[in-house]
Amino acid sequence: MARNVTPQRKAINTVIAWAAGLLIFFPILWTILTSFKTEAQAISSPPVFLFFDWTLENYAVVQERSNYMRFLWNSVIIAGGSTVLGVLIAIPAAWSMAFVPSRRTKDILMWMLSTKMLPAVGVLYPIYLICIELGILDSRAALVVVLMLINLPIIVWMLYTYFKEIPGEILEAARMDGASLKAEILYVLTPMAVPGIASTMLLNFILAWNEAFWTLNLTAAKAAPLTAFIASYSSPEGLFYAKLSAASTMAIAPILILGWFSQKQLVRGLTFGAVK
Amino acid sequence: MATQHSRSAARLMMAPAVILLLGWMLVPLVMTLWFSFREYLPLRGGDMGFVGLENYIRFVTSSAFWPSVQTTLVLVGGVLLITTIFGILLALLLDQPMWGQGIVRILVIAPFFVMPTVTALVWKNMFMDPVNGLFAHIWKFFGAQPVEWLSQWSLFSIIIIVAWQWLPFATLILLTAIQSLDSEQLEAAEMDGAPPLKRFAYIILPHLSRALTVVVLIQTIFLLSIFAEIFVTTQGSFGTRTLTYLIYQRVLESQNVGLGSAGGIYAVILANIVAIFLMRIVGKNLDA
Amino acid sequence: MTFKIRTLMGAAAVCAIAAAANAQTTVTIATVNNGDMIRMQGLTEDFTAQNPDITLEWVTLEENVLRQRVTQDIASKGGQFDVLTIGTYEVPIWGKQGWLVSLNDLPAEWDADDILPAIRNGLTVDGELYAAPFYGESSMVMYRKDLMEKAGLEMPEAPTWDFIKEAAAAMTDKDAEVYGICLRGKAGWGENMAFLTAMGNSFGAKWFDEEWTAQFDSEAWANTLNFYMDLMTNYGPPGASTNGFNENLSLFQQGKCGMWIDATVAASFVTNPADSTVADQVGFALAPDNGLGKRGNWLWAWSLAIPAGSDATDAAKKFVAWATSKEYTALVAENEGWANVPPGTRTSLYENPEYAQVPFAKMTLDSINSADPTNPTIDPVPYTGVQFVAIPEFAGIATTVGQEFSAALAGQQTVEQALEKAQALTTEEMEAAGY
Repeated sequence: MARNVTPQRKAINTVIAWAAGLLIFFPILWTILTSFKTEAQAISSPPVFLFFDWTLENYAVVQERSNYMRFLWNSVIIAGGSTVLGVLIAIPAAWSMAFVPSRRTKDILMWMLSTKMLPAVGVLYPIYLICIELGILDSRAALVVVLMLINLPIIVWMLYTYFKEIPGEILEAARMDGASLKAEILYVLTPMAVPGIASTMLLNFILAWNEAFWTLNLTAAKAAPLTAFIASYSSPEGLFYAKLSAASTMAIAPILILGWFSQKQLVRGLTFGAVK
Repeated sequence: MATQHSRSAARLMMAPAVILLLGWMLVPLVMTLWFSFREYLPLRGGDMGFVGLENYIRFVTSSAFWPSVQTTLVLVGGVLLITTIFGILLALLLDQPMWGQGIVRILVIAPFFVMPTVTALVWKNMFMDPVNGLFAHIWKFFGAQPVEWLSQWSLFSIIIIVAWQWLPFATLILLTAIQSLDSEQLEAAEMDGAPPLKRFAYIILPHLSRALTVVVLIQTIFLLSIFAEIFVTTQGSFGTRTLTYLIYQRVLESQNVGLGSAGGIYAVILANIVAIFLMRIVGKNLDA
Repeated sequence: MTFKIRTLMGAAAVCAIAAAANAQTTVTIATVNNGDMIRMQGLTEDFTAQNPDITLEWVTLEENVLRQRVTQDIASKGGQFDVLTIGTYEVPIWGKQGWLVSLNDLPAEWDADDILPAIRNGLTVDGELYAAPFYGESSMVMYRKDLMEKAGLEMPEAPTWDFIKEAAAAMTDKDAEVYGICLRGKAGWGENMAFLTAMGNSFGAKWFDEEWTAQFDSEAWANTLNFYMDLMTNYGPPGASTNGFNENLSLFQQGKCGMWIDATVAASFVTNPADSTVADQVGFALAPDNGLGKRGNWLWAWSLAIPAGSDATDAAKKFVAWATSKEYTALVAENEGWANVPPGTRTSLYENPEYAQVPFAKMTLDSINSADPTNPTIDPVPYTGVQFVAIPEFAGIATTVGQEFSAALAGQQTVEQALEKAQALTTEEMEAAGY
């Protein structure tokens, strides 16, 4: 893709792109900056950008009030658990759709996606009643299952598109060399599928992490993840922008860091494998 | 190459996912259907018997119904429009040679990581607040009267907030698609003297059609059920009550489960209409 | 660095609690993230030291989320919580349904007779006390003494609406970002509708007549809303249609409001020098009237209740008794000063000479005593509740009505249109509820 352009052109591109990138990133940057201000500086007029007395006080207050680690741990378990479970169920399905396609494969895929269109608020009562019946309210297990089911269509679809890219000739070549089905899966297919699976897992981890309706409604104390943590900082009595920012930063920081470190897989994940 | 044997193996492999999703779809759906034909008022003692189609009739004849459908469509349409247009522009920009492309890409994806509740809280308080928000400060700096974003421009503001969240998604898909474009073809067109706009319209845009399909399809699925952004910012006032939010008000604020369930069924129907519509228009692109 | 250590210690503490929890009764408390409740959370060591066999689990949520969660849970008998923080609106409705545990058997030293009669009545159904008040509030006028003086006016102890308007006009100085009056405009049954329903009472307006027919087509409502709109558009702050309690509190603390009519609990926030730039300039007066015999002040008590079906009723009762006791009040006073104790629930607090020195103590008590939930309006009505109507449908209806009024304040429709829609949708919803 290395096109030759003049240095001037490249400089102009750089300036415009950076400006656009910073503009899009700015709300997050502003939140992080505000979390280090005092409450008075956070609402000072005119606003201060960088030259204020940096303080960790807000983080200390937030930590004192709520046990951040417990919320964080619940988020990790719920998002991680639902992703792993989802992938385990989706791999065989996507596999067979990709390698043994039938006339109905595409219809099944579309039907799966369409289950995502059921509005969550409309089925809250039924699901809530079922959870009471089963005695699984406020348990991480219930959320793992519910979030897995919500994201399963996306997982199947993404894996399907990745698997479809694996050329069938390689499989046939392996078979001709006398590889058993087990060997075929283990040594030929798995290595080719791993990047796709990784991307899928990453994207679904983020989707599950950010899910705020079921995680809030099916938990109380024991299984409450970071979405519930945030709900105790929004609109308190009085204006606490700095504390709200600190809590927000704490809620998004883990996923932001994870996302940035695994950017490459994620970019592939975000494209849903639909674009080569 | 698929034998009868591998066919049945394939069915077996698909079974867990299909059965689970079938259960996940049918059980709540059947329960919702059941509730929708009953007068179910938890705060008045629960299930008070069969009422036929009354809930369905009441839900559509309510003065809030059609405006809410319209709001839903405007919200989804507006966000799709903004994210696709700016997504294409950003993708074209990011495709150009520059310094620090990796970092710019990180900056652009970042909004996707932020939970919707946090996004809404941050925009509402720190940007759109008419007194202490950053926008108010900027407006005042230029001597203008600060805009009351969430009351005067309520739906527009929510569209902006949601579009900010989904722009990274659109940009990345489109960027990947543009990068896969055969650059020789473009260069040839350039040498033939085709102006940039023509090159865009006849070479780049057709190439993007499949990527655009994915953007529109996936976003529509998520956007139809937008909730947190409205709950945190306007709570459905100032014409921002979508169908999802109207159902929320019926089921949870008024605790009228029967009426809300009927609304839920309507929402499923609307979602399916939109889905069929989408399939007709863009579905064929998915085959490619 | 200290932050990191704290985090680690926090994690260790969780493990320790989890390990010790086996022989323990766990009480899960759902509460709202208001300042007084946060303070209570910080003082629980006092309770757990006295009751080592009880572990407290806190679920602190923003008010709207909390209300949705606890209503959902109690209506479907989910049993996730052992103690609920609810208000005077929910208690009578849920109590009548038999969803709450009676608190008549709280220990004698808890002293039920000490609870202010107005508050106690609001939490009692058929002789059973269903919730213990944590703090109580009415509404009153908070104003800036310095601005009032500059305007050459003097605030009477019991002002009329006409005086409020005159004073608002005199205090407004938009160039200096000083607005004569700040009132709630944000839609919600607990936001603008709480204020407007209470204000309406003093204008002779009411929600329903004795046949449960909606009354938004009455002249009294038109008068109420026109007066409110006139005040807010001429002398109110920009963006008033999205201002709730919090937004107005911060405006007042930043010195941008001349007057603010809102909850009496706000008094301790606006007079706290740490947060308020106008702490030493705040005066108080009763909520305004129109000479018709009713004042526009409400009555509310955030209260602790125990849902029927809780598996830790006895432990929960111990906790409720502790959190609403005289000893708890003394504990807060010792730690945070008298101005920060939860107000408005006990007669003994107002007889305490130390508390009498708090500048807003008397006005708070007078306001609470002048509110009458059983007889809220000028004409007789079939409902109780000053700023709400104690029927289950009210929250839903009032929130949608509030959205219409809020849209009118934002200039998106006229007062007439808003009232017309309010009348139509209230009638619609009451029919759906079977009235």
